Amino acid sequence: MVFRRGHSSPIKIIMADQTYRLELKNITKSFPGVLAVQDVTLHAYVGEILALVGENGAGKSTLMNILSGAFSADCGTILLDGQEVKITSPRRAQELGIAMIHQELALIPQMTVAQNIFLGREPLFAAGTLVNIKKMMDDAQDILNQLGLDFAVNALISDLSIAQRQMVEIAKAISTKSRVIILDEPTSALSERESGKLFNLMRSLREQGVTLIYISHRMEEIFALSDRVAVMRDGQLVGVAPTKELTVGTIVQMMVGRELKDFFPKTETQRGCVTLEVQNLRSGARLKDASFTLYKGEIVGLAGLVGSGRTEIARVLFGADKNEGGEIRVDGQSVKIHSPQEAIRHGIGLVTEDRKVQGLFLGQSVRSNASVSLFQRLSRLGFLLYGKIDQWTRGAIQQLNIRASNLEQRAGNLSGGNQQKVVIARWLAVNPKILILDEPTRGIDVSSKAEIHSLISELAAKGVAILMISSELPEILGISDRILVMREGQLTAEFSRAEATQGRIMQAATGQLQNEGLNGS
Amino acid sequence: MNNSFLQRFLSLIRTNSGLVILLLVALPLSALSADFITVNNLLTVALQTSMIAIAAIGMTFALITGGVDLSVGSVAALTGALAAGLSTRAGLETYPAILLALFAAVLVGALNGAMIAWGRIPPFVATLASMAAVRGLTLVYTQGRPISGLDEQFTFWATNISGIPVPLFVLLFVAIITYVVLHRSVFGNYIFAIGGGEETARLAGISPVRIKLGVYIISALCAGLTGLLLTARLWSAQPNSGIGLELDAIASSVLGGASLMGGAGSVGGALTGTFIIGILANGLNLLEVPSYNQQVIKGLVFIIAVILDYVLKRRLKKV
Ligand SMILES: Nc1ncnc2c1ncn2[C@@H]1O[C@H](COP(=O)(O)OP(=O)(O)OP(=O)(O)O)[C@@H](O)[C@H]1O
Ligand SMILES: [Mg+2]
Repeated sequence: MVFRRGHSSPIKIIMADQTYRLELKNITKSFPGVLAVQDVTLHAYVGEILALVGENGAGKSTLMNILSGAFSADCGTILLDGQEVKITSPRRAQELGIAMIHQELALIPQMTVAQNIFLGREPLFAAGTLVNIKKMMDDAQDILNQLGLDFAVNALISDLSIAQRQMVEIAKAISTKSRVIILDEPTSALSERESGKLFNLMRSLREQGVTLIYISHRMEEIFALSDRVAVMRDGQLVGVAPTKELTVGTIVQMMVGRELKDFFPKTETQRGCVTLEVQNLRSGARLKDASFTLYKGEIVGLAGLVGSGRTEIARVLFGADKNEGGEIRVDGQSVKIHSPQEAIRHGIGLVTEDRKVQGLFLGQSVRSNASVSLFQRLSRLGFLLYGKIDQWTRGAIQQLNIRASNLEQRAGNLSGGNQQKVVIARWLAVNPKILILDEPTRGIDVSSKAEIHSLISELAAKGVAILMISSELPEILGISDRILVMREGQLTAEFSRAEATQGRIMQAATGQLQNEGLNGS
Repeated sequence: MNNSFLQRFLSLIRTNSGLVILLLVALPLSALSADFITVNNLLTVALQTSMIAIAAIGMTFALITGGVDLSVGSVAALTGALAAGLSTRAGLETYPAILLALFAAVLVGALNGAMIAWGRIPPFVATLASMAAVRGLTLVYTQGRPISGLDEQFTFWATNISGIPVPLFVLLFVAIITYVVLHRSVFGNYIFAIGGGEETARLAGISPVRIKLGVYIISALCAGLTGLLLTARLWSAQPNSGIGLELDAIASSVLGGASLMGGAGSVGGALTGTFIIGILANGLNLLEVPSYNQQVIKGLVFIIAVILDYVLKRRLKKV
């Protein structure tokens, strides 16, 4: 492992015959109040998968956005295949053969899959400016086939699930036939099976000499996939090394600058009385039949493939979607939940999976986002008590270790992981009896993840019943007391903490015996 | 099974909601009034609506980007007045006069586009300002009085060819061109793209500035054509013509499925939308409904149509 020392190149040449595809030299970028990227020098080889890791807000996305032309650097130079290039706009990056899958999905919801894949590069008729729609559809179909995707090329993006949208982003990036493809947390919305498809694809692109830069918080993926790992902390590059020479421990230590022992700290919880009983919950085509019980102080993990109806359960319980005939009982009382307000009144909270659309007011300050549900309580005669609100918000920021330059920062400018923490902070304010978390640690770095897990455990210890949806099996196995598994809209299995294994859960989730993991199908 | 039939039925209605509303309006009218379904009457409706329809098509372009163009009425008046003034008082030939007038419309559109794209002034504000300023220019140029004395080359554009009003041909021509531009060309694709997500479009390498500039020029050009046809039809340019045209154009586009939030709209929709309003007005006239009451009915139909569209959309999401 090589640590960054002054301006000297932190790279140890692993194979002499490898050539540089990309050389970033002394890149710096600041935003008002933050030095997001500070003097970063980083190289990438032809035909390699370079993992870029770091805590939330470390500057990974910012660095890659500079490379893809979305931001311009304050200073520094970029060499592509030995030539110095000026990447002044996303268009320029495209022309140079650099494609990026952005962390927050960048698709146009009202347009079709095919239109989105070819946005900005539509196939034209020979003569000029008219789009060759047939060719566009056919080419898009080819790409979808290649990826094994089964939705229609003329489907609207707004009708697709988040996982499907993510796959469209991936299709878009590979269709550019780029030299450099940057993937900013592409798997955060995917389940293991879909991630497996993506990884196979990435490996074959690597064979073809494409350079892939891959940002992820999932350690297993990094080890399964990458050739080298580059670690960032507080805007600086702290080290680069071949993956083979690293362990999870060393990477995390570089990321946080100290040693971190347990990623999924499991505290023993006391199971109390029944607080939520659900019988034959049904809604639309996605959720066919689910019956289960939650106890006070218990953490229940809900596993399953993306699209298996997990989110649907959450939405129905929270009154966001219609309950078609199922029975819901809270503390023994049969209740009808028609709206989120009613759900909140019955003490049910939901952290949604799509923070950008459903969870955050992107244009508003961190303070308003975190404390909005306290406004009622922390006001007098309709006037907000700003002192108290600030005090509470500061507490939450500290408790969740949210990186914000101040309380006024726009939530939209936070790094992805910090946005998620703000959403969780909001629910801490409400003190629900039952808290449903849909992919609560999506896009969250290891150390914050541990913080969120211990937070969840703390809530459970206070008697909150927790239902946690997650596509990450280690997470489910790590903190759940009990695990429910869904497949195609139905609950198919229930395991106690002792019984559950990755294999059993995957079997229940797919209906097949499982031996396919990260290493592809 | 039942469900999927229902869904297909609903989505059929939804994608053709304009036509459905057209039928819903037209059927009772034809039952109530014998004069309604006559060739003559329908041609009258076509003549009246074709002018608004052209402006509505232009408005649809602006709406799709998530903007709006409030200046269309004023631009229509200015174009008509300039064409009439240049060809009579200034002694230009008719066609050069018309071309110059249309060029003025393009200039106004470019100015709108520049304010919105470069100046980052919200479209509502930018075009509200030019609506006032351009109307003022028209009043200054005409001295507040109609300009008449147009020659036959000019008035030809409001006559009939074998019984069919010429403005209808103009509309057809405009509709075909704009259809190709909006639904077949790269430029059109980008109009939808920036309406659906400007940042996304920018990241895909599209320049929102150029697209917006083009959109407001198209809108102004359409408004200018409307102004010319209105002038031809009245045999004179009226300084106050086109007042309220922006509202008719917006209502028509929205009835035809354009979204004020951007990202949705179509040339076909703008056409159907205008014809719905036109047929309704005509039918109410035939039924001798007093004009004050007509306003109320029009407003109600508009609300119902929009709600219907919204409800269907939600219903479909669910199923
Ligand atoms: N547009 C912006 N305006 C102001 N500050 C910004 C902006 N974009 C990013 N930042 C700040 O720059 C820093 C680095 O953010 P960046 O998004 O690069 O982090 P990251 O490493 O990608 O984190 P994550 O893992 O959470 O995605 C953060 O402190 C963030 O708040
Ligand atoms: Mg990021």
